[in-house]
Formats: sequence, C-alpha cells, structure tokens
Amino acid sequence: MSGSAMDYDVLIIGAGMSGLAAGIRLAYFDKRVCILERHHRVGGLSSYYHRKGYDIDVGLHAMTNYVPKGVRLTPLPKLLRQLKLQPEDFDLRQQRMSVTRFPEKTLRFSNDFNLFVEEVNRNFPNQTDNFQKLVAAIRDYDELALDAKPLSAREVVGSYISDPLLVDMLFCPLMFYGSAQENDIEFGQFVIMFKGIYCEGFARPQIGIRQILDTLVKKYEGHGGTLRLRNGVQSLRVSNGRVEAAVLDSGEVLTAARIISSIGYIETLRLLPDYQPSRFPCDEGQMSLVESVLVLDKEPVELGYDTTITFYNGSERFSYRKPDQLVDVSSGVICCPNNFQLDKPLPEGMIRITNLANYGLWNALNEEEYKARKAVSLEQALEQVVKLIPDFRGSIVYSDVFTPKTIHRFTGHINGAVYGAPNKIKNGATHIENLFICGTDQGFLGIVGSMLSGISMANYHVLQKT
Amino acid sequence: MTASQIRATILEVIGQILPDEDLSKLKGDVRIRDQVEMDSMDFLDIIMELRKRYGIEVPEEDYMKLATLDSAVAYLEPRMAHL
Repeated sequence: MSGSAMDYDVLIIGAGMSGLAAGIRLAYFDKRVCILERHHRVGGLSSYYHRKGYDIDVGLHAMTNYVPKGVRLTPLPKLLRQLKLQPEDFDLRQQRMSVTRFPEKTLRFSNDFNLFVEEVNRNFPNQTDNFQKLVAAIRDYDELALDAKPLSAREVVGSYISDPLLVDMLFCPLMFYGSAQENDIEFGQFVIMFKGIYCEGFARPQIGIRQILDTLVKKYEGHGGTLRLRNGVQSLRVSNGRVEAAVLDSGEVLTAARIISSIGYIETLRLLPDYQPSRFPCDEGQMSLVESVLVLDKEPVELGYDTTITFYNGSERFSYRKPDQLVDVSSGVICCPNNFQLDKPLPEGMIRITNLANYGLWNALNEEEYKARKAVSLEQALEQVVKLIPDFRGSIVYSDVFTPKTIHRFTGHINGAVYGAPNKIKNGATHIENLFICGTDQGFLGIVGSMLSGISMANYHVLQKT
Repeated sequence: MTASQIRATILEVIGQILPDEDLSKLKGDVRIRDQVEMDSMDFLDIIMELRKRYGIEVPEEDYMKLATLDSAVAYLEPRMAHL
C-alpha cells in the first residue's frame, strides 16, 4: 500500500464538529490523521469568541436530539458511542420550554413530545388524525440512509397536513435550525430536524459550546491525532484522478492517501487545480443570518421571561428566504441561554436574536456603512422582539452583532451560508475517488448531525474500506 | 486462542461498545442484534475493534458470519488460533 509513504493516511480539512468527529474515529482506529484548520480556534460554524470579558457562543443556541440516559438508538447516544464518550462529557442541561409564535397561534414544545402533540391537537383540532399520520411516517423514515432519493418536505408534509398555518408552524423552527433551501427542505433533513427538535429536544452544556469542542479535541488528541490550527489549505494536488497532497497557506505540502473536507462542497472543489464551475453545477447556499447578542445586567427570568427559545413569525405566511434587504426581522429566533435547567446561573443574562440576512448586501457596504447598518439592524431586531417578550432593552449592558460577512470571514462558507448548499451529497463522494466531503454539505443537520456526518463519512469511506 | 477465549474476547468487545448492556444471558445461536439493542454502526465497531486489537481482517462479504456468537467463534477460530 502506498499509504505508508504518505505523510498521513487521512487529512481532514476543517476542525468543525464534523471534522473533529471524523478525526476521533480515524485516530482511534490507528489511522495517521491530521486536521487542518485555518482559524486559530476549532468549531467552524459552531464556535465562540471573547469580547469585553464575555464568552459568546456562535452557532449554538441549543443542541437538538436530547434524550435521557438509557435511550440507545437515537442520534445523540449513537454518536456518543461512536466517539466513545459518556453522556456526562457533554454536560447537557435540558431546556425549560420553547415556543413557536405566529400572529394567530402559539405552539409550545419541550423535551416531552406528548406536550407538542397536545398543543397541535388543541390548536388544530381538525388536523389531529393528519398529524398522527405524519408523525408515524416520520418515525418510520430512515433519515440516515446514504442512498435515499431527495423529496420535497413541503410536498410530503402537505400531503398529510391540510392546514397551511400548521404546515408553516411545523416548518418554522426546523427551517431556522437547518434549512439551506428557501421555503423548503429536503424531506430526509426535515425528518432529522423534526425528530431532533420535537420528538427528542433541546439541551445545552452548562458552559456552552466550549464543553463540546474541548471534549472533542481532547479525545482526538488523546488517540494520537494531529490538530494544526492557523493552517488553512490553499489548494489540493491531483494526479491521475487522485488527490495526493494538500498545499497549505504557508506553502507547506502534506501528502495523504485520502482527504476528507468539511469546508463545503463547492468550497472544496475550488481547491482543485482544474476547477470549472460549469462542470460541477451546484447551487451556492444563500441562507445566512444576522445574530444580535445582548448581554443583560440581570437574568431574563427576573424580567418575566422564562422561555428557552422563541421561534417567531409576524407575517401572514412564514417566508424562509434570503431577504432583499440587509436583514428581515419579521421572523426570527430568540434564544435565552439562561433559560435552560442549569446547575448554577450563567455569569450574565443573555438574549440572542437570529434573523435572516442577505450576504451580498452586507458585503457590499463600506466599513463605515457596515458599522452603522449593524446598529440599525440591532435596533430593528430589538423593536420587533419586545413585542413578543418582556422589554429588556433597559437591562442591556453590552451588545454585539455578527453578520453573514462575519460568518464568511471566519468559516469560509460561500455567502456566509450557515447551512451550506441546498443540494446535499449524502454519500460524501466527489468526482475524485479519494476525496470526500463531510459536514453541512453532506447533509446531516445540527450539531449532533454534523458530528454524525463526520463519523459516517470516516466509517464509510475509510474504516470500511481499509 | 481457544474457542472459549475467543468467545470471551467477543463478549468483552461488545461490552466495551455497549457498556450498560447485560451480556451474561446472551444466547450463542440467536442473532446478537436480536438480543442486544445495537445498530449497524455498533456491529461494525465489533469488527473494527477486532482488527485494531488483533489485526484480523473481516471482509464485508463475511460480516454475516459474525451474526451470532456461535458463528462468530467458528469463523474467528482459525483466524485467531495463532494469538
């Protein structure tokens, strides 16, 4: 085998959730593996930063797929077993209660699916049977199959549920937490999100995303994996239809028998020497977000707000699409990290507001306008959400806004597309036989999904093959 | 390794993958997956763990031969005799 003459058995591009999870699998099974990350910190789309003494998570509002200890065959315990981690390693705290609020109706949900069923039945009494049939179809669907053919979730769900308002309300949280597609989502991905959010539920580590990232890095390095931060891959070298090396930003060249890239499908192809977009028709992801982070001088519960996550829509129909202005505050997500069932209070009160945004428009602004428009965006978002939750504006001690431009800068994802390209490549294969993708563009969603993506691709393309 | 050592090894490997499972009542002639709550990823891990520990290669077409404890022991016996 030529592998032994190579620097590594496997190179992984990107130290996000999927790359780290893939790395753990490979390192545990004695592959010589190196993860290359351009940023100075791991995490990719789910990371964190420090500003003015505050630790601020990026990406993570909540982990989906929470199940109590003892459940075995759902995604979270599956990935814990695959990574040889204990549930305690993620230190998860369950949500209190979340809601989807539309002008006409409100649906509450928690980590007890029965509550959600009751809420749907109470609010939509003529949809009770339809909803039951939809849930049965969802439970029977194998969303992790790597060879499933793509279906429109709007079409499938619409064939069960006849009230468009209920359809919109079911879709709203799932779209915000995972859809790369405007106004629709592939049915397999809908099922992943439906089970993860409604059937299972939300939780977060006491200290936030760092708990997950630190755990993954420690495990990976413990198995002998190499992690190189501030080492982006500039290009890939190909010979005879096989990728044989990665050229780093520094000019250093690393050879490997296989490469798994978590940076996105088009983003990966662009590293190839003869990349021509016309040869690989693939729509770029367009869905990006502005997030407003508000640090408060008190716990939101002291202001009368104890909901964990509020998904809201203020328009007649819920529209999940790239806005034609900088940001669309008419719908969004309000997350309160304090409102989980924490052991001890977080160091400060915090509210995070997420709204759909347009990368192109943000990117076109000059520095001064960019700053000014961030401030306007924050005002707009606040004005909208205080119609739904207690007015906390008097308690804000610090605020920060990050935009699609910020997301692009730190993750390299085209258009700052948080959920990648609309068309997913479930088997992770590319036209190059030893180059594979994992992560957002492979198509398992959310933080749990992205880790499962890395695990599945490492298993399927490396461990089962060698 | 003798047949009984191989059996003990397989049980130990399954126990490592599923630490909260009681394996003491596992029947030898019934599919392991029918007696223990595990998925295809777990099953694959048994095979990969055997490779990691003992360098045994089980080709994909032989996976079915590891379906029960008895058939797995029979299959692995010649392959682990030297260990």
